[in-house]
Amino acid sequence: MDYEFHWNIVFQNMPELLNGAFVTLHVSVLAMLLGVVIAILLAIAKMNNTKFFCHVATVWVEIARNTPALFQIYMAYFGLGAFGIHLSPYVAVLSALVFINAGYLTETFRGGFQSIPTTQYSASKSLGMTSFQAYRYIILPQMLRRIYHPMTNQFVWSILMSSLGILVGMSELSGTTQRLQSLSFRTLEFFIVAAVMYFVITKLVLFSSSLLARRLFKGEI
Amino acid sequence: MNSLFTPLSWSDSGLILTGVWNTIIISVVAIVVGTVLGLIIGFARSESNKVVNALFGSVLDVLRSVPLIIQLILFSTFVGAMGSPLAPFVAGSIVLSLYTMAFMSEVFRGGFESVSPSMQTAARSLGMTKWQTIYHIRLPIGLRAVFPSWLGVSLSVIKDSALVSVIGYMELLRTSEQLISRTQQPLEILIGVGIFYFIISYPLSHYGRYVERKMAI
Repeated sequence: MDYEFHWNIVFQNMPELLNGAFVTLHVSVLAMLLGVVIAILLAIAKMNNTKFFCHVATVWVEIARNTPALFQIYMAYFGLGAFGIHLSPYVAVLSALVFINAGYLTETFRGGFQSIPTTQYSASKSLGMTSFQAYRYIILPQMLRRIYHPMTNQFVWSILMSSLGILVGMSELSGTTQRLQSLSFRTLEFFIVAAVMYFVITKLVLFSSSLLARRLFKGEI
Repeated sequence: MNSLFTPLSWSDSGLILTGVWNTIIISVVAIVVGTVLGLIIGFARSESNKVVNALFGSVLDVLRSVPLIIQLILFSTFVGAMGSPLAPFVAGSIVLSLYTMAFMSEVFRGGFESVSPSMQTAARSLGMTKWQTIYHIRLPIGLRAVFPSWLGVSLSVIKDSALVSVIGYMELLRTSEQLISRTQQPLEILIGVGIFYFIISYPLSHYGRYVERKMAI
């Protein structure tokens, strides 16, 4: 083994790496929030009887699920240029992640919703609940319980996939790592630290998600 | 301007086909190797030896919690720094196979654990040996149950194989990127690439869902 590790330069650049990690979290949280909002709309559209909205939702979901994330990012970054739309790397990665998150979560939401038997709705109506109450106290809590894990996984997936920002020059964790290593040629050191940081971020997200689940569902999951 | 960029022409089809072929070949290698290794590890883990379980569990966890792109760059730089650089195809296949293995082993472990212990006891009481029980009972029942998940992981590997382009492997997305920088026609080329992935992925994902529905009843 002839390689000599120089960790010093990595620690000198730690603030920048942490800043990159912050951008990674930032873009994935935003992608998740927007993705959830759009997915709710798409799920409603898919279960709706209006043909047009149903088709739009289906096309969105199938394209998002059946093409690579990298393709989506290239499409947003290079492809939209043909229409005169020039997105910054951050916006390109964000919109690609939102597009994919929405596609996957639509199916999650639809599946979660359909897994609650409709008789529960009728039962709550017969107990004198209003429609709103039936959804608020009966349907949605059960649904949330079923979609909680898939949503957590999707969030972790977004964090990991935001690393593709490296290919369009975005300054999130991997992009920052790429820039710093090209200045110092300590490729191995920088990427090892980046890998550790991704691992820690992922674990922290999973850990806090299970803490939250314990509080939300009181152990029944 | 005219001399700088040349539009897409039929002579580019060779390059595109190379990209298509390379994408297919690396996906197949990763799926086959990942499935075989995942099957072995998944089986070992379902045999519930706590030490083995924890050991494999933590290694597989790293493979699943670090972005694939970082793994690819790390591995290819690492073997380079150790003085024996590998061809992009070899390095890419190794990383992609291990990454696939990490997911496959979870899939198979779930499958093996879904075979109820009483079924194995019944097989043993019929006079089957331990290996007969594994071969005739656990494998077929466990594997059948996980087929849709296996298909799902395989499809995601085909899509993730696009990332091997970062270490210089000429798969479809990288060839298209090169064509884009020459022709300056990003939209046409990218849509073509998207259609290719879609054509492979869409029917298979529907077939997976169909099988899943059929098995649920």
